[in-house]
Order: sequence, then C-alpha cells, then structure tokens
Amino acid sequence: MSMAASSAAASARLPWVAGIRPRRLLRALLPALSLTLILIGIAWLNPRAISYFGFNLMLNLAIPIALATIAQMFVITGNDLDLSIGTFVGFVGCVTATWLRDDPLVGALVLIGAISVYAALGALIYLRNLPSIVVTLGMSFVWQGLAILLLPKPGGKAPDWLLQLMGFKPPWVPFPIIAAVVIAVVAHVGLMRTSYGAVLRGAGGNPVAISRAGWSLLKTKAIMFALAGTFGVLSGMALIGITTSADANIGNGYTLLSIAGVILGGGEFVGGRVSPIGAVIGALTLALAASPLLTFMHIPPDWQVGANGAILIIVLAARALISRREG
Amino acid sequence: MADAGATVIVRLDGVEKHFGAVRALDGVDFSVSAGECVGLVGHNGAGKSTLMHVLAGTLAPDDGGIAVGGADQIGYAVVLAQRLGIRCVFQELSLCPNLTVAENARINHAALKGLGWRRRAGDLILAKLDEIFPGHGIGPGDVVRDLPIGKRQMVEVARAFTVTVDPLRLVILDEPTSSLDSQTAGQLLAFVRRVVAGGASGVLISHLLGEVLENSDRIVVMRDGKVVAADRAAAFDRDKLVTAMGAAGKPAHADAERAAERPTAAPVRVRARPERQADGAELVAHEGEVIGLAGLSGHGQTELLLAIFNGAARRTDRIEVTAPVALVAGDRQADGIFPLWSIGQNIGIRSIAGLRKGLLISRASEEEFAAAWQKKMNIRTPDIRNNILSLSGGNQQKALFARALGSDARIVLMDDPMRGVDIGTKREVYELIRQEARNGRTFLWYTTETDELENCDHVYVFRNGRIVADLRRGELTEEKVIQSSFQAAG
Repeated sequence: MSMAASSAAASARLPWVAGIRPRRLLRALLPALSLTLILIGIAWLNPRAISYFGFNLMLNLAIPIALATIAQMFVITGNDLDLSIGTFVGFVGCVTATWLRDDPLVGALVLIGAISVYAALGALIYLRNLPSIVVTLGMSFVWQGLAILLLPKPGGKAPDWLLQLMGFKPPWVPFPIIAAVVIAVVAHVGLMRTSYGAVLRGAGGNPVAISRAGWSLLKTKAIMFALAGTFGVLSGMALIGITTSADANIGNGYTLLSIAGVILGGGEFVGGRVSPIGAVIGALTLALAASPLLTFMHIPPDWQVGANGAILIIVLAARALISRREG
Repeated sequence: MADAGATVIVRLDGVEKHFGAVRALDGVDFSVSAGECVGLVGHNGAGKSTLMHVLAGTLAPDDGGIAVGGADQIGYAVVLAQRLGIRCVFQELSLCPNLTVAENARINHAALKGLGWRRRAGDLILAKLDEIFPGHGIGPGDVVRDLPIGKRQMVEVARAFTVTVDPLRLVILDEPTSSLDSQTAGQLLAFVRRVVAGGASGVLISHLLGEVLENSDRIVVMRDGKVVAADRAAAFDRDKLVTAMGAAGKPAHADAERAAERPTAAPVRVRARPERQADGAELVAHEGEVIGLAGLSGHGQTELLLAIFNGAARRTDRIEVTAPVALVAGDRQADGIFPLWSIGQNIGIRSIAGLRKGLLISRASEEEFAAAWQKKMNIRTPDIRNNILSLSGGNQQKALFARALGSDARIVLMDDPMRGVDIGTKREVYELIRQEARNGRTFLWYTTETDELENCDHVYVFRNGRIVADLRRGELTEEKVIQSSFQAAG
C-alpha cells in the first residue's frame, strides 16, 4: 500500500520516468543500439570513414530514405501498409526534375494534387473497408506508369535551389545528420506530442474507442495518408536534390526499405505503436548497412543485395527476440 | 417508473433494436432521475448492453424515442450524448493500449489541447484516480498496455468521471468491478454513491447481485429484450431478483424419456480442469453424454473447449481426451465457414482424408458425402454445389454441424453454436444431437441460452474461469444456473 502510494507520488513528480520499465527502455534503445553496432563495424573496417567527409558520403542517401520511412510510419500507425511509397517517390522525382524546374507553379500544383490523391486513398480505404495493401499495390503501378509517361528515359535536372539545399555543407556537423535530427524532431513533435497526434495514434490502437469518444475515423485515416503523401513528396525532392537527375525507377527500392526502417525503429505493424525517432534511426541504419558497410567488408557488388537482406533479417530477428521477452 | 417529483435525466420510450432476427431490445421504457443510481440486471442476451449502447449514443435504436433532460433528442449520437453529460464505462475496455494514461484522458476531452495539454490531461486523470482509488500506483505517463488489467479498469472508470467543459450528469457502468479486487471495487462503489449523493446519476450493471442490491436506489430487471421488473432496491432481495431474471413459472422440466437410459459404466471420453480452477473440480464426460457448459458468457467456457480441442492432439496434465474431436464454432462467420467455398466443400473439409482418390480429392465422393448430410440435416438448398453464403444463417450452422457429425470425431465440442439461429432449426439440431448421443457420441455444449441446457445430461456452471456448480440432469433448474452464475458479493 505505502509502496504504491509513494510510487504514485514519484510518478506525479516525474511523469515520464514512471512510464519507462526496463524492457521498454531496452526496446526503445534497440534502434540506437543497432545503429551503433553498424557504426562500430564501419569504424573497425575503415577508420577514415568516421569523419565529416565520410559521413557526408555514407549518409547522403539516408535523407530521402528517412523521409520515406516517416511517410510509411504514418500509414503503419493507422494499421495500414503503403506498398506504393517507392514508386510514388519515383514519380515525385520525375515531377521535380521536369515540371518543378521548368514551371514551378505547375510542378507545385501537381505535387499538392498528389498529396490530395493520397488523402483520398485513405478516405477510400476507410469508407469501403478495403485492404490498404491491395489499394496501394494498385496505386504503385499507377505512380510508376505516370513516372514513365513523364520521363520515359532517365534525365531531367533538379531545380537549382534544391541542388543548393541538398549540397549544403554546414560547419562541424555533416548535413545528413542535421537533416535526420530535424526530420525526427518534426515527426516526433507532430505525432507524439501534439494533442491531435494522440488521437491519430489512438486510431491505430483502438479505433472503436476513438469513434466512441466522438472522433471521426474518416478524418484520422485521410490525415494519416495525407501526411504520408507529404513526406513522400519531400523524400522524392530530396532524392533528386542529391542525384541531380531523375529516373522513373529511382525510388522502387524504397517501399521495402521504408517498411523495414519503421519496424527496425521499434514500430509494429498493428496497434498504433510507432516511434518517429526510432524510424529515422532505422532508416540511417539501413542506409549504412546497405552499401558502405558491405563495401568496406569487401563484399563484391553482386552479393551486396543478398548480404543486405541478411543484415536486415539479423537485426529484425534480434528485435523480435527482445519484444517477445517483453511479453 | 421514477418518482414523480425528481427531475428525469434521461428517458427511453418504447425503444426497439433488432439484429437480424434477434430482438435485442423489444420496446423498452427506461428512465433515470437526477441523484439516483439504477441497478440493471439480467441474464445473457437480456439486452442490458444494447440498452446501454443506446443510452451512450453508440447504437441508434430502430424505433422509440430518447429524451435527455426533458427534451426529445433527434439524431442522438455519441457527440451529443457527451455534450449532454452522459458517460459510459464499457465492458470491453475502451482505452487505447498504445497511448499513455494522460493521452487516453485526452481522447475523451476535445478541450484538452494546445500548449501544456499533456500536463493538464495528466493532472486531470491523476486527480480523479487519487479521488476514487487512493494509493492506485498509476502514473499519467504509463502506457496502458504495460498496466495490468485491474489498473486499466481503474483508469477507464476514473476517466469517465473527469470533467472539462461538458457537464457530468449520468455515468453508465457496465460490469465496472469485473477486473477489480474487492478493496478497489469497494472504493469505486463508495465513490459512485458519493457522486450520486452529489446530484449526478448512475446506471450500474453487474453480475454481482449483492453489489447491485447494496448500491442501487432502484433496480430494473431485463429479460429477452424487455423490462420485466422495476422497483425500489429495497423491494428486492437476491431470490426475488433471480426469480425475475429467470423464466419464472416455467418448469425446468427434464424430458423423462431419456433420463433413465444413461449407461452408468460408459468409458470416460473427456476429463478436463480449467486453468484457473483452484479446487479439484473437473469436467468429466462419458461416452454418449451431452454435457452442458453454462454461466455468463466469457467466463471461461470457450477457453476450456479450446483447451480440450488442443488437448486431443497433445495431452496435458489438465486435459485428458480419449477420442478424436471436432469443434462447431459459435462465431460462424469468423471461425466456421469458408466463405468462398461451396456448401459441399464446407461440409467435407473435416473428412477430407476419407474422400480422396489417390492424391486428389474425389469430387464425386465429396458430393455424395455432402448430399447424404444435406438430406440428414435437412439443409435447404437447391444445389449442394452452391456457395455456402447462399444459405440462411441457420442453414449455414447446419452445414457446420454436418461437418462435425459427418467426421470421425467421437467427441463434438460446441461453442454456443445456436447464436442467431431460428427456433425451427434449433429443434431439428437438438433432435439430431440426442440421436447421435444415443449412438455413442459425446457432446460438450457451451450455451448462453438456459433453455438449451434441458438437452444436457449434466451441466457445469462457470464463473470467472472456474467450475462453480455441477448439476445433474435431475437437479437442473434455471434458477440454480442463474444462482451459481451470479455470485453474491462478499
């Protein structure tokens, strides 16, 4: 009794400490732990890579991956899955390298329209009770088709302001790391700290409770998909800012990378349990494991994709083990 | 029904709600006055929960009127109910497990927004928890999923009593103490009495009759979607409530025809002890017996059936099964039928090993098998090859029975299989069960309908995951079953 009372008093003083149990802490730290392991591996194989220049090089592509992962995370929060995010990023890339450069107004309108399409898809999935996997799989071919129509062969050029932004070299800290922190903080504050963010996550945890409390599930679903579309657009633009020109197939790998990033970051497919900070760390881990680590391990390019998959399985299996013990 | 002088908070006039053929509410008049606590009791499926959902605005009635504070409500729904000060603690918890306690409080209060909302939400829920359950040990930052079930219920209850902008006029509590220990349950009920004394109202639904008798000003008894008794709490006692809940005056007869024919030395088919059973009581089923599993729904009957089903494959120290089993699922849409398959395929799947020709399924013998059972079960369809969904609900259930009875299983487990089935079909199936039992099959039959227990040789009543009564056919009366299912508090 007195124990309970004193712990209640303690929790009143330090509300955020009270909620953290050892296993939860371990779970929350797991994404950071796997990133550290990968970094140690890289440092051991090639100490020179751990430098301003090295990080700039290794993490360059991590920015679009992190943005796509956040996009996927919004969809997963609502117990859905977006299989079209990869081709959507490719489509946005093609728009960015053509219309957005030649006629910024048209380009911006097209991108805003694409976000509205995402919101409409969320509404459709809710209203017709459709499986999101089927709808987004279908949409992935639509985005891919549009991208090919727009840019039948690789080409185009990124707008200059975008090139400048992505080529920004701040002192001391490499740009990709600053970008990752900004992305993580924005997503964390938006989804985890705002009052409506709680409703959005609740819609994934217990939709019946949310609708019984008088909230519109149609609205939450549409907003989640619109947010996914927004971050998908940012991802596509960031990608083109780095690669300077576009290709209709440029984002195809992002679908699975983004899902893996969310799960690696401590998210779960159902139940509205996600972590924006974890998702960004997961994306960084994947970006580093994808090519720098394997190159330093002298794994020939032919085997890199397979080795990449193996790393993914190992990390996700470790996560599953820890979650299971959590019970 | 309420005292004429008191202000009526909410009044339902002739409310009806149908789910398919089931009349969940069949013309209910119900009212709650300011400053009173109304106890609502009734057996399974009496319509208590439906009534509560109508009051809370989560279900729209098919017919009848709702008036709150004397004003008729049109388009009554959750948002309006909240604005009018009607809150509800639902039986199945309606917290979001992935959110913290404070965030869950925010879900119910649209006004908790803007800067510092987390702190305000945390303070709000913590203050209420402290008020109702001193020494609760719950922090506002705790994630609900990490809390044990009892503490979740405390949060849920406390949340219903928190006030921001909307008033608090009526709190409906559906089995609020089911996961609480006696001390916290006492804290809650004392708090409810304080709130009621302060002028708000409460509706208390509980299977603990003592709890209802002690804490209500007035008690309403429901049966079969109707209000069958309503009076001051002082006018009731335990026996009167039990009588009112059961089918009073209807003799719980045993059809004498088969009472005597039980072979006493038949071999034991199933021996099972529920996981939470502390004493030595266990369920024993002999060959050719029909065993009933009774009690309120969700008190461990389905769990035991599933444990027996699994026990057939792998023996445990709790479960002993000596013959092949088949299960007839209660929720046929979720667990029973294969919706894309034909009627014949649905019937044959449990017996597929015997319908093979080489490595392939013989279409001819499958259809022959299905046709034989269609005839035996009297499944009404022009063609056994039609999709299973072309059948009515009752006939789909018959197909599921045919699947089990047509198999090699000597033991048939039935998980409340007659839900939403019409009376004609039920009679046909009862007859078939008796016939099969005479041929040596054993039936374990969980049912929420007390009438069906008359078909059983032996009835085990469950409460809180344990067997609490073991009634032989001769001793079986509806009153005894209800008596055992509803425990007196304290």
